[in-house]
Amino acid sequence: MTVTARVWALHLGLIAVLFALHFVLPAYHHGNLARIMVLATYAIGYNVLFGYTGLLSLGHALFFAAGMYGMGLAVSHAGLSPAVALCVGVLAGALVSFALALLALRTSGVAFMIVTLMFAQAGYLTILYFGEWTRGDEGFVIQAADRVLWGFDLSDPANRYFAALTLFAVCLLVSLRLVRRPFGRTLIAIRENEERVRMLGYDTWAHKMGAMVISGTISAAAGAAYGILFGYVGASFAAVPHSILPLLYVLLGGAGTILGPFVGALFMFYLIDLASGITTAHMLIAGVVLVLLTLFAPQGLMGELRRRLWKGLP
Amino acid sequence: MSLLTAQGLSKQFGGLSAVENVDFDLPRGEVRALIGPNGAGKTTLVGMICGRIVPSAGRVTFDGRDITGLPAHKRIMAGMAYTFQITSVFTGLDVRENVALAARRHMHPRETGPAVEAALARVGLADRIDQEAGDLSYGHQRLLEIAMGLVQSPRLLILDEPTQGLSDAEIAGFKALVRELAGDTTILLIEHNMSVVMELADRVTVLNFGEVLAHGTPDEIHHNADVQAAYLGTG
Repeated sequence: MTVTARVWALHLGLIAVLFALHFVLPAYHHGNLARIMVLATYAIGYNVLFGYTGLLSLGHALFFAAGMYGMGLAVSHAGLSPAVALCVGVLAGALVSFALALLALRTSGVAFMIVTLMFAQAGYLTILYFGEWTRGDEGFVIQAADRVLWGFDLSDPANRYFAALTLFAVCLLVSLRLVRRPFGRTLIAIRENEERVRMLGYDTWAHKMGAMVISGTISAAAGAAYGILFGYVGASFAAVPHSILPLLYVLLGGAGTILGPFVGALFMFYLIDLASGITTAHMLIAGVVLVLLTLFAPQGLMGELRRRLWKGLP
Repeated sequence: MSLLTAQGLSKQFGGLSAVENVDFDLPRGEVRALIGPNGAGKTTLVGMICGRIVPSAGRVTFDGRDITGLPAHKRIMAGMAYTFQITSVFTGLDVRENVALAARRHMHPRETGPAVEAALARVGLADRIDQEAGDLSYGHQRLLEIAMGLVQSPRLLILDEPTQGLSDAEIAGFKALVRELAGDTTILLIEHNMSVVMELADRVTVLNFGEVLAHGTPDEIHHNADVQAAYLGTG
């Protein structure tokens, strides 16, 4: 089998397994997995910027929230149809990431982290400030009637699962295609040595801008989907911890691997789930496991797999 | 007819004047060596030519076009290629991808495969195409740098101390390579190795304390008293 065929087999295989799991999983895990797939999509978006381009953002909750509130406000206040509202959410994420990139890409390294963190915090405070529309901390519920997409009621677990799987599969394949194309390979080179890329004739600023908009748009799609699939839009999704979450997923799963975001999200979700079954101090257990993983698999689970077994893993 | 002209180029870093009012003219097809003691301003001058460093004053013209305000990546697209003094290959990527990154900007994706192989063959790295660049020896990384310059088929190839760290056999190979390129490609060579300079260069420009100390054929430079005092040592 050629390398390309193996790569496609692996990634399409995961999607097929997730499809099959729908028919065998008990209700509890079925519901969890739908949520994990949406969170993994968020992490896929994050990974484009952090894992492949080497830009560490601490403000991705801003993009997630742009998608979520873009969708939520469009259905509940503007009275748009769910399908149009989803597009509004994704578009909002694209615009916000473009605007933030204009400002944040003037910096790099630690300054980039601080600038993205600050603007995400400003976004969070904006949501609270316009409480009349956003209902502030409390958030608002997406009405059942607004959760019917092309005749599919997304509050139904089966429909929700397949909607989450579709979103996840599309974003997974888009990211896989991206990093195997010249544009994505240039992003990887920028991560490795930006000055050298510039001196090969590439406009590195434009490439980083592209990476940030793709990353923000995928994150916003996850945010919009999360809102409509689980019926709730709230300010906690715009807060700092929600920016750290995809960073953790990606680090655990393997930065700069296509499957890393999913593996990391799955691992982290069930780690917290299992730990909270044992003790109320569940974050303590989660913390210890994270420290161990950082010590013994610093490149994340898929990164470790790539190092040991399959060098060409994308 | 000149391919590259610099007029009154100066660069001050704070109070330090690294390059002071340098005029520089490079005819098409010439192999020019730029020499001078450490700290003479060679890399700064070349940095201003290829756009890595913004000059404090002066003008750069390339191929009849004023490029003083042009960002580096557009100068590369205009036909310059620059190889780094401090080896700056992508150590985490394989040799093929290193050269392909350089090639893709200048040709159709379908042409890159053969072009990459040809460039690596010219520097003698064809059998290492699938190795990770970070696993190459230092000398081989220098040759990979040169291959990344070659594959762009530049009109002006700027080589910043290309033979540093190469073995005698590799230096001999490098000399043969430059002789092959000479004529088609204009080459600006920053070099400390005098045998390389004397054998390859059509003309030599000597920089000292940021100013042009002398300019001429290798033979003239070799017998120039000022240059001997500043750089070559007497004798």
